[in-house]
Amino acid sequence: MTRPDFIPAPLAQIPWRVILTVMAIGGFGLVVLYSAAGGHLEPWALSQGIRFLVFLAGAIILSRIPESWWRHGALPAYGILIILLVLVELIGAVRGGGQRWLGVGPFQLQPSEFMKPVIVLAVAMVYDRMPPAETRRFIAVWLPAGMILVPAALIAHQPDLGTALMVVFSGVVVMFLAGVPLRLFVGGALAAGIAAPLAVNFLLHGYQRDRIMIFLDPDRDPLGLGYHISQSKIAIGSGGVLGKGFLNGTQSHLDYLPEGHTDFVFATMAEEWGLIGGVFLILAFFSVILWGIRVALAARTRFGRLTAAGMASTLFFYVAINLGMVMGLAPVVGIPLPLVSFGGSAQMTVLICLGILMSIDRQNRIKPRF
Amino acid sequence: MKRPTRIVTEAAQTYSFSRRAVFLGGAQATVGAVLAGRMAWLSIAENQHYELLSESNRVNLTMIPPRRGWIIDRYGKPIANNRTDFRVDIIPDQLQDKDRVLGRLQAMLLLSDETMERIRADLKQAAGFQPVEVADKLDYEQFARIYVHWPELPGVAPTQGYARNYPAGAAVAHLTGYVGAASAEQYEKTHNPLLITPGFKIGKDGLEKTLESRLEGKPGAKRVEVTARGKIVRQLATRPDTPGQNVRLAIDLGLQEYAARRLGTNSGSAVVLDCLTGDVLAMCSMPAYDPNVFSEGISHLEWNMLSDNDHVPLMNKVLQGLYPPGSTVKTMDSLALLRAGVTPQDTVNCTGVIRVGTGLFHCWKRGGHGPISMRRAVAQSCDIYFWEMARRVGYDNIAPTARELGLGQTFDIPFSSQRYGTVPDSEWKMKKYHHPWTVADTLNAAIGQGYMLVNPLQLAVMAARLASGRNIQPRVLLDHPHGAAPFLSDVQPEHIATVRDAMYAAVNDGGTAARARMLVPGVTLAAKTGTAQVRRITMADRRAGRTGNAGVPFKLREHALFICFAPADNPRYAASIVLEHNGHLIANLDAHVTGRDIMTYLFDRDRALKSLAEIEPTWGGDIRTRMAQEEAVYRAAHQVPELLTTKTDAGAATASSAVENAAAATNAAVEAVGGAAAQSGSPEDDQ
Repeated sequence: MTRPDFIPAPLAQIPWRVILTVMAIGGFGLVVLYSAAGGHLEPWALSQGIRFLVFLAGAIILSRIPESWWRHGALPAYGILIILLVLVELIGAVRGGGQRWLGVGPFQLQPSEFMKPVIVLAVAMVYDRMPPAETRRFIAVWLPAGMILVPAALIAHQPDLGTALMVVFSGVVVMFLAGVPLRLFVGGALAAGIAAPLAVNFLLHGYQRDRIMIFLDPDRDPLGLGYHISQSKIAIGSGGVLGKGFLNGTQSHLDYLPEGHTDFVFATMAEEWGLIGGVFLILAFFSVILWGIRVALAARTRFGRLTAAGMASTLFFYVAINLGMVMGLAPVVGIPLPLVSFGGSAQMTVLICLGILMSIDRQNRIKPRF
Repeated sequence: MKRPTRIVTEAAQTYSFSRRAVFLGGAQATVGAVLAGRMAWLSIAENQHYELLSESNRVNLTMIPPRRGWIIDRYGKPIANNRTDFRVDIIPDQLQDKDRVLGRLQAMLLLSDETMERIRADLKQAAGFQPVEVADKLDYEQFARIYVHWPELPGVAPTQGYARNYPAGAAVAHLTGYVGAASAEQYEKTHNPLLITPGFKIGKDGLEKTLESRLEGKPGAKRVEVTARGKIVRQLATRPDTPGQNVRLAIDLGLQEYAARRLGTNSGSAVVLDCLTGDVLAMCSMPAYDPNVFSEGISHLEWNMLSDNDHVPLMNKVLQGLYPPGSTVKTMDSLALLRAGVTPQDTVNCTGVIRVGTGLFHCWKRGGHGPISMRRAVAQSCDIYFWEMARRVGYDNIAPTARELGLGQTFDIPFSSQRYGTVPDSEWKMKKYHHPWTVADTLNAAIGQGYMLVNPLQLAVMAARLASGRNIQPRVLLDHPHGAAPFLSDVQPEHIATVRDAMYAAVNDGGTAARARMLVPGVTLAAKTGTAQVRRITMADRRAGRTGNAGVPFKLREHALFICFAPADNPRYAASIVLEHNGHLIANLDAHVTGRDIMTYLFDRDRALKSLAEIEPTWGGDIRTRMAQEEAVYRAAHQVPELLTTKTDAGAATASSAVENAAAATNAAVEAVGGAAAQSGSPEDDQ
């Protein structure tokens, strides 16, 4: 890679292509939020935009942090988050009903949100510490599996099925990449296939079960719980190839599309920008994700490889589950579309992931010698 | 499968990672492609489907019921028109949270508890798509109040529409009929969404029903953009309705109203024809219902009151009432006799009684008229003359003339049912009763009793054809101008002149209709009276002097009939008046003075109105006053407070069949009495 000499090294180390792609996604998201508010900056676009810039700056700062810091911080962060999750659970028990938030001064902290990148770091850390010979032992499976399931169970109990699934998926992907025998995954997939119907029937809350059933057959309750999916599909389908035009979406502006600025923001976008807008977003997202995978392949440490691929996968799961949900391919589990949906938590999580990815990318580039 | 732990080196691990990471990246890219493909499927392949759904979300289409065409009289005066109506309905299907919505409606419209009860009862009965009326005739402020809160009241449909209005009220009820909401069956048959649009009404009876296709018009449509919560964002294109055609009738509304009023408290009908063109100038049957009330949907109480009334206000007596024509047929008899060769000079000696076989037939005049020829026989209504003459020529030679003059016929007029009655002859009797015709049958038929039954329109047609000698056909619609009808074929003008002169004599030369003499200078009336008995007068009654009608129950009193035309020397208008069970009890309510006054209206309106104004108060006031009075009495008798009645369209929807039943029952009674009289062979006491 050649670069002009007049650009200072720190700037040159920033992966500008990815930053620009992320900014394009975020900027397009702001345009959609502006329309979702009926052509106003308030209440969503402005605050989302300010937050985006702050978090992006934060991500660039994170990219300066050496990889070793992440390695050392992984397990303590994991421990703190587990304590916080238990705390949330206790407060929820006291207050009654679901509880996801912890009030910290003026801020509201959602520990489950931080758990998404931290589980990747923690599991990667565990495999990094493990001698290569151990990876085919049983301990290489149950220890990380336990680390994944404890927070996932706590989060599912909040109840936040979507985040719990994300934690499980991200953790499991790291396990897969660490070299856990394939047969365990095949067996695990089979076990999940058998357990899923049982879990749906016995473990899930009524509304969660309903969501799954509605996902399987949205037309059984088109005005009730299937309403979200039906209206979302109408918005996307009616957009056509070119869309109805900026500010011309009727599904979103006339309130037929519920959650049009949060989980179903993609439908709001697709109605006005059509297939063109959708393909643009999908390409942008997957170029970032595949960049992450390339960073992982280029990483020189095991921790770096696992972390980078895990972060890329976390981003992938966000996008895939959300798009699958709004297009009727996945159940409505409440996963926002990163960088586009209104909401600070997901925005922060995704930019933390990107920050860590960039940090690993930077390590790859600034230490050309082994 | 347990294998011995493989030695894993760091290099091998890195290699495994690379393979798996590439696999992962490929899998993720595949998922990305699937998502893009899914989106392409939704937005390209299913685009039309979803576009349609999106449009049907966004756009709320409501039909605007077409304004109904007016029915106007020959001078353009409205008989049926439309008034602006602000109304509120509930569509049961769309109603959510019934109690809250009804509560709000009650508070906003200040509805009484009784009305709420009625609405609840209607909601329970109504099929889901049939609108249930909450209130109509709202003022603008009430309507606006509902309209503003409309989004919070699912299932409530405030509409600014038009309501049918009949300025003349009951006077035109049986002519126009009325309108009402379409029945569930009608909707199920066509699934025309217009039929369940609140405020849309179709003709249910009379001309409103038969002229439906012309009066209906084409609905407009209002497209509005609505939010998911039903809030109207903006009006999209609105297609205005196309009003129905106006239909001009031959009716003279002033005459129609006058005739209706002049019938007074009678249960009767009056028909006035232009005897040159056949234009039906008036055609009324009284008492009648108020079509304005009917069109809104009537209460059970009102319905019962009309059904119970022995004056059968639900029946159009002009077309559905059948009566023995009595002596009015002596005019027709005369023409038939002349055509059969009887000369006006031929005389019969009336001794007051005639023996046929073992039976005695009495002339109405005890002691008889002495030697009598046609002119005096018609004028004085001598039964013996017509019995004797009919016996000579045979009734089979008279019946064809009866039919030629319109008796027993139906006419091409836009009404869904006409009862045509009977003009008997030997062939008819053999077919119906399997008995040969007897002389007694001839005698009964000759004086319009026995088997003979006609409706009032037929009598008017007979009068008109006798008056002008023209083959007039009654015309209700004034679609295109038309001139005088052609003359009757096979009828010699001098025969017509003879009959006309005889009818002139009945009024103006010592006849039975002397009291019908017109008071308009220069206009003379020619007429014939008739009385049709509905019970048999036995010899015992005769000896006891029980031949009158005083003290006889209403249903057993004689019918009073009257046919006339004017001016006698150059006939222009003809009329028939038939008063059921009139019994000739009250002089100013009798048929001949009623007929005279109605004819007077055509020549001297002020005189007619003035004389009516003098006598109307003695009957209890005009039609509206009397109807209101009757209703109050009925309510009091049935102890129903005014508001506790249930208003339903369902009741009105059955109206036509109920009328049919009422008509059938009445006519069955008439036929039974007529048949009995015929078989006894002794119709008596006819004047």
